[in-house]
Amino acid sequence: MLAKRIIPCLDVKDGRVVKGVNFVNLRDAGDPVELAEIYDREGADELVFLDISASVEGRATMVDVVRRTAGEITIPFTVGGGISAVEDMKRLLRAGADKIGINTAAIRNPDLISDGSRVFGAQCIVVAIDAKYNAEWGEWEIFTHGGRNPTGIRAVAWAQEAERRGAGELLLTSMDADGTKDGFDNALTRAVSDSVGIPVIASGGAGNASHFADAFSQGHADAALAASIFHYKEVTIREVKDALRSQGVNVR
Amino acid sequence: MIAIVDYGMGNLHSVSKAVERLGREASVTSSREEILAADGVILPGVGAFGDAMRNLRETGLDAVVRESAAAGQPLLGICLGMQLLFAESEEHGTHEGLGLLPGRVVRFRGDYKVPHMGWNELLFEQPSHPLFEGLAPGHVYFVHSYHALPERREDLLATADYHQPVTAIVGRDNVSGMQFHPEKSGELGVALLRRFVELAEGGKA
Repeated sequence: MLAKRIIPCLDVKDGRVVKGVNFVNLRDAGDPVELAEIYDREGADELVFLDISASVEGRATMVDVVRRTAGEITIPFTVGGGISAVEDMKRLLRAGADKIGINTAAIRNPDLISDGSRVFGAQCIVVAIDAKYNAEWGEWEIFTHGGRNPTGIRAVAWAQEAERRGAGELLLTSMDADGTKDGFDNALTRAVSDSVGIPVIASGGAGNASHFADAFSQGHADAALAASIFHYKEVTIREVKDALRSQGVNVR
Repeated sequence: MIAIVDYGMGNLHSVSKAVERLGREASVTSSREEILAADGVILPGVGAFGDAMRNLRETGLDAVVRESAAAGQPLLGICLGMQLLFAESEEHGTHEGLGLLPGRVVRFRGDYKVPHMGWNELLFEQPSHPLFEGLAPGHVYFVHSYHALPERREDLLATADYHQPVTAIVGRDNVSGMQFHPEKSGELGVALLRRFVELAEGGKA
């Protein structure tokens, strides 16, 4: 039986991890490669690097981070942030990334999903969706630019279009839940997960181990992602997995 | 030395680093001489079956891989590389494969998520196979929308359960394949890759 996946996310700027990571005995707390190795050892099922560099030089540094990471870890990893062309995807995949996450650029130019999927295969293309509840609609709206700009596009409809265009997976972040530590937005996750035939990663709102179980049982997620609670050691990946196992969730 | 066949498809860097981490020399190559001189050959692959076969044909590497297999060189296909070992695939039309193993590759069909993506547990169908020596079954990382149906039951070395038994490891004589990514599959993946390399080097354990 396929295991539910637990995925830590690292924000990387100019080749350095930002939002400090609270591990003891780190040689270099800002080195994404060292942190990736630690999460690999701790039992993470995959990793996500979100490149938040604002400059071309910063993004070029990411290629080097990807190459070094691919040489050191034994789990798959996704790179997202600032990728707007098939050429960008190619560079990162050749450097050793397993999947590419696209968000704003895919909304602006949905052909990017189709083109990437055709050239590299659906399994490489992760469409990231930032969604927020729109009370007027009674459903969720997607936002671009890290959640700043509303689009007028419905999240479920966009998820279905992304699938139709060849996305292999969706990384779904609830802007309502993100940062609250009150748990994932399981209503959103379920609405999207039940309306597509590709895996969905729930993101935003993880505060403790039981929130992950809820994302799987109530949200119908295939995987769940978190950042700060892992980085600050509020809960370890092993603890999350032990809790899931005790509740009968199949984990690695 | 382990030759990793470079035909313009797939994540060659990760496979090559994984072999190097085992303390072995890996060469990413499209040279016939280098491939045929290697202790073992890895055929990687990510992407579409038809594109991969076209690239193999255009580079003449399809003939080299067949020549290598016929010469008895240990050959390991990974992911799409495993699927290419079979006779044909129905991915985007019908495409002829390398035909080193009888069987075909079909799409997952049913009311469940496709791709089959993530960590699934291996079931050793032939636990006494030398590839599994000293190993216990565990989780490995899969990502694929098509799966292989070997014609001969005895070619099936391991499966995983995803709404049906899914071909995970195949092997016959010197030709073998893994549907999952051993280079992305934690300790068990590393161990399986190590067994392949050891067997390729002549059974030195």
